[in-house]
Amino acid sequence: MARINLDDIRHAYMASPRGDGDFALKRVHHTFDDGGAYALLGPSGCGKTTLLNIMSGLLKPTEGKILFDGRDVTGLSTEERNIAQVFQFPVVYDTMSVRDNLAFPLRNRGVAPDEIERRVAEILEMIGLADRAGQKARGLTADDKQKIALGRGLVRSDVSAILFDEPLTVIDPHMKWVLRSQLKELHRRFAFTMVYVTHDQTEALTFADQVVVMNDGEIVQIGTPEELFERPNHTFVGYFIGSPGMNVIPVDVEGTTARIGAHRVALPGGAAIDAGARTELGVRPEHVRIGNQGIPVQIDRVEDTGRRKIVHALLDGRQIAAIVPEDAGVPAEPRVTFDAAGINLYANSWRVALGPAEEGARP
Amino acid sequence: MTKTWNNRAWFLVLPVLLLVAFNAIIPLMTVVNYSVQETFGNNLFFLEGTKWYQDVLTSSRFHASLLRQFTFTFIILAIEIPLGVAIALTMPRSGPWVSVCLVLMALPLLIPWNVVGAMWNIMALPDIGLLGYGLNKLGIPYNFTRQPFAAWFTVVLMDVWHWTSLVVLLAYAGLRSIPEAYYQAAKIDGASRWSVFRYIQLPKMNRVLTIAVLLRFMDSFMIYTEPFVLTGGGPGNATTFLSIDLVKAALGEFNLGIAAAMSIIYFLITLLVSWIFYTLMMRGDEQ
Amino acid sequence: MRLTKWLVPTLYIVFLLLPIYWLVNMSFKTTNEILGGFSPWPKNFTTDSYVEILTNPVWYNGYISSISYVLINTVISVSFALPAAYAFSRYRFLGDKHLFFWLLTNRMAPPAVFALPFYQLYSAIGLFDTPWAVALAHCLFNIPLAVWILEGFMSGVPKEIDETAYIDGYSFPRFFVKIFMPLIASGIGVTAFFCFMFSWVELLLAKTLTSVAAKPIAAVMTRTASTSGYELGLLAAAGVLTIIPGAIVIWFVRNYIAKGFALGRV
Repeated sequence: MARINLDDIRHAYMASPRGDGDFALKRVHHTFDDGGAYALLGPSGCGKTTLLNIMSGLLKPTEGKILFDGRDVTGLSTEERNIAQVFQFPVVYDTMSVRDNLAFPLRNRGVAPDEIERRVAEILEMIGLADRAGQKARGLTADDKQKIALGRGLVRSDVSAILFDEPLTVIDPHMKWVLRSQLKELHRRFAFTMVYVTHDQTEALTFADQVVVMNDGEIVQIGTPEELFERPNHTFVGYFIGSPGMNVIPVDVEGTTARIGAHRVALPGGAAIDAGARTELGVRPEHVRIGNQGIPVQIDRVEDTGRRKIVHALLDGRQIAAIVPEDAGVPAEPRVTFDAAGINLYANSWRVALGPAEEGARP
Repeated sequence: MTKTWNNRAWFLVLPVLLLVAFNAIIPLMTVVNYSVQETFGNNLFFLEGTKWYQDVLTSSRFHASLLRQFTFTFIILAIEIPLGVAIALTMPRSGPWVSVCLVLMALPLLIPWNVVGAMWNIMALPDIGLLGYGLNKLGIPYNFTRQPFAAWFTVVLMDVWHWTSLVVLLAYAGLRSIPEAYYQAAKIDGASRWSVFRYIQLPKMNRVLTIAVLLRFMDSFMIYTEPFVLTGGGPGNATTFLSIDLVKAALGEFNLGIAAAMSIIYFLITLLVSWIFYTLMMRGDEQ
Repeated sequence: MRLTKWLVPTLYIVFLLLPIYWLVNMSFKTTNEILGGFSPWPKNFTTDSYVEILTNPVWYNGYISSISYVLINTVISVSFALPAAYAFSRYRFLGDKHLFFWLLTNRMAPPAVFALPFYQLYSAIGLFDTPWAVALAHCLFNIPLAVWILEGFMSGVPKEIDETAYIDGYSFPRFFVKIFMPLIASGIGVTAFFCFMFSWVELLLAKTLTSVAAKPIAAVMTRTASTSGYELGLLAAAGVLTIIPGAIVIWFVRNYIAKGFALGRV
């Protein structure tokens, strides 16, 4: 197990990058603590797989250093880094049996035969393929193949870290949940450092202690699932996490008041904002109340999701969403108010702290 | 893909069926017809039964050319398949030069077969050919029109020159279809170069290599034009392969009955061996 | 490391190019120089051989007939094979597997076996010594190959596309031409390449089925080699000129070669 330091990593796929736009990873500086369970979350093409491959040594970063427990491994090969990685699509050795597939990484490293047998048996039991251990891998379903691939990642007890690159994409939903719980359980038992890449927020939020949200080659926020939800650092995190995402409304800020067109919203505190900055108000649909007070809106449509309703409305000509309980009614002349605790203010898309009231709002 | 049962699909196949049947069945009937009859010209035919077949099957001349044929096919398969795979493995996976390499490699495949023969004839001439002159200059006595071994060497070299590219292109296509993740996983599992070949590349090339072996077997077994132009089957009968022998019997000696019986036996051998290859490889595939 | 990686393919390509170089070298030499002894390049550079070929109708007609039967064959093979390959890739029908195997067996038939019966057959129907005879005869091995390759490509196209098109009200012919054929365009290209290739390089049948009018270039060359002594320069020049059409065709399909040789599915 190891602590992984990413020291000002930049990466471009082309030979001589010029502008910032040529970099798939703009600048990443972060530490993954020993034994932590991390998720790298972001949309397709945001650079999360690139970052993963740089950590495993499949890619060499254009600039920057990688340290494992303080030792510079930037120039080392994947084998020397002693990393396990599981890929998006099942990679199995077709002509080998299930058992040989699992034993393969251990044999290549010259582990003693009885130790191999013990580890393989344990993993077989865990991924539920013990009864098919002697079967050739080629005949198995995509699900089972991916379980083998996961097993190959977990079979080595001495790895520095285990990296997962959207490993559950091909698994069916029920099995997804089971495997994810097993990974979590495994993490608790052996305290592997795990980094899990995904674009699925549910996967990220349930798996990880710390979620690293990436967008466009940059880390935009690192935090617990709760922090990401309540205090998105960037409007992107607001949109990307939550369903539906955070409402982002352009406002003019005057002291502790925000103006939306002709309407005013009281802010929980004041903020220092650079002149000319583009300011926006961010409120999660969970924090929007519909009633007889506040700013008038026109109801656009109501989605019933079962336990709750999502109300889509127009506020000053802009779409906003609100989540209301299943049995709540919508008044004939609806108005909205925002929970003070759920109000975030953004300047040029980055969150700004709001006055003294801010401290009290933090749990 | 699950296919639906639909007998009207026959209408789609019918044109092909008629055209190929016209080309295959009528001539085949003619050959069968000749193979059981004796003719003395003037369109007079006498039924001979299996006499020609017995003659062919017991003739030492046929045995000799059959043996030569199998030896030749075995040698070129043993050289071209491993060589082709080895070259495909050393080709870069991408880059601007790949297209150029592939075009140059495909070039021999598109040269008319008699030109291939003529080309190697010019190349191997002991007095003015690059190969022939070069070998003699190096102190190796070489004359493919006199020495059976030199003739074999030249014919095999020509075939390797002509057809190895087909194996390279097939194997390369097979290699290209392997997703990058397999190589990455192998690195992470600490696999050796040999393991990567044995457990990733070879299994993934299985299908294209089956095609390569089959095509090379069929085509080398039918080889006629190139050795005919290069050596004319000589010196003596040293490079008289089945097709050359067949044409000699049919057109040279106008021995229609023998030639027809030989044709049928020849065709059946090709079919049988191809079928054995095919089933063996498909079975290996399933395991 | 990089260097050794390039070494093997480079050596192989040099090996491939040597005989071609030698042929080109010969084609620019005078007959006297050729017979005079070994020389690694032409000392008295001459284009006489090429001039002779391009001005003598016996020679250039050979090229014209070769190219015409190859083109006819390619068009026939691909257009006949398209519906058949579709049937094999989409439907099961009575005797389909046997039919498919039977088609492939024709690819295994040695041309030498068929030479004489073909001569009689095409003489009987009056096509002897026309490009059509050779084009049709080459269908024997090209159609099975075309069906085989196209079937591979078609199986790679999901069946849902067909069903969607029918639901949208397309008739079968319109669907096939407007939607399906563009989807397998690269497969059609690769198939045409293979048909062109095997028809262009085959000589035994082409020679047997023609005498004067439709004599292919390859056969004209054989005649030169045997009757008018050993005119090696002329023979070499003609050989060089037969390489050119093939080279042009490869250049067109160069981007499909690697994919196409996988025959659609691996």
